[in-house]
Amino acid sequence: MDNVIEILLILVSTIFVTNFVLARFLGICPFLGVSSRIETSIGMGMAVVFVITLAGICSWLIDKFVLIPLDIVYLRTIVFILVIAALVQFVEMVIRKTSPALYNALGIFLPLITTNCAVLAVALLVVQNEMDFFPMLFFAFGAPVGFTVALLLMAGIREHTVHAKIPKVLQGTPISLVTAGLMALAFLGFAGLVKM
Amino acid sequence: MADREISTSEMTEAVEAVEATSWLDIKELSGDLVRGLWEEIPLFRLVLGTCPTLAVTTSATNGVGMGIATMFVLVASNIMISILRKVIPDMVRIPAFIIVIASFVTITDLMMAAFTPELHHSLGIFIPLIVVNCIVLARAEAFASKYNIIRSAADGLGMGIGFTLVLILLGSTREILGNGTWFDLPVLTGLMGLFNYEYQPMIVMILPPGAFIGLGLWVALANKIEEKRKGKK
Repeated sequence: MDNVIEILLILVSTIFVTNFVLARFLGICPFLGVSSRIETSIGMGMAVVFVITLAGICSWLIDKFVLIPLDIVYLRTIVFILVIAALVQFVEMVIRKTSPALYNALGIFLPLITTNCAVLAVALLVVQNEMDFFPMLFFAFGAPVGFTVALLLMAGIREHTVHAKIPKVLQGTPISLVTAGLMALAFLGFAGLVKM
Repeated sequence: MADREISTSEMTEAVEAVEATSWLDIKELSGDLVRGLWEEIPLFRLVLGTCPTLAVTTSATNGVGMGIATMFVLVASNIMISILRKVIPDMVRIPAFIIVIASFVTITDLMMAAFTPELHHSLGIFIPLIVVNCIVLARAEAFASKYNIIRSAADGLGMGIGFTLVLILLGSTREILGNGTWFDLPVLTGLMGLFNYEYQPMIVMILPPGAFIGLGLWVALANKIEEKRKGKK
């Protein structure tokens, strides 16, 4: 029972309290880039959840069984970015072979994910905080779910603001940033909900 | 001042168009340098590298630290990639660039941990994340893989300075409004103190919403200035 509660706490805190986009500022580029339509946001969100969870597991295993025994933890950044780049390529190939439908849904978003800083951040955070396997698993799953929640909310808002009359200088990026700011303000309401 | 910048960069382009110029050309170099300061200033015009910008600018000092770290990585990786540009096969160029960048980021990370431990602690995970800062890879791909060493270094330096300037602007705004200080000097708190008032800091500027809204308004201001400048032309 304690374990279930702990897992729930991890999920709630990564999705809402320390939301990756709105509280930790990770993955802002895709957040601003692909949030103009709900359909594309769903595709991007699914791809991100998939890759980040895998990347978290891979980098945790590599760190525990390769880097720490060999005492080369200072190479983490280089190793993890290579692991992520290889993983994204691999996932793309596997999905293309096994499930064309899923590939059509996720395909174009996969290459973009290598440069999503949320992926490298999850890999680094799970090893820096020295998490155990199961907390790590749910952290690596909750973080991208939080990203997707923020992305979907943003897409919903942006589909409506398309028709709004926005001053010319604020069009495009500035209004998106201000919108994100207001969303972050709303998400501040979750602060203090879970004490980690 | 602004007009002179335009004419320099326009001339550079004109010279480039006519012929491949000599190896070391001062006009060309200054063009490469100033391009990062306004024409293609990373955060305002291209909106690249937003994650570290929003995260670390809770104070002007942090902004400077992050800016200098990114500038070092930009210049060093631009130089290295420019040296290797004829050796790296086209097929594997992106992974090769990423390895070069990651190496310099690791060097920066370890150096900062050794010499500026406090700054290293407050910037935290965003130092290793310079690897995935789009600006660095974008400049490697768009510039350093095509031009010679000196021009690539100038380009990296220009972009780095442009990036740092925006970080300082945003960091100053947030620190002055949110904390009443600037580079830890009591600016607003001191000023209000002169009139026997107590400054009530706008905490929201230090918190995440302030970062988004602050950057949004700065980009809007930059758009306005650009609009005015275009009107003059």
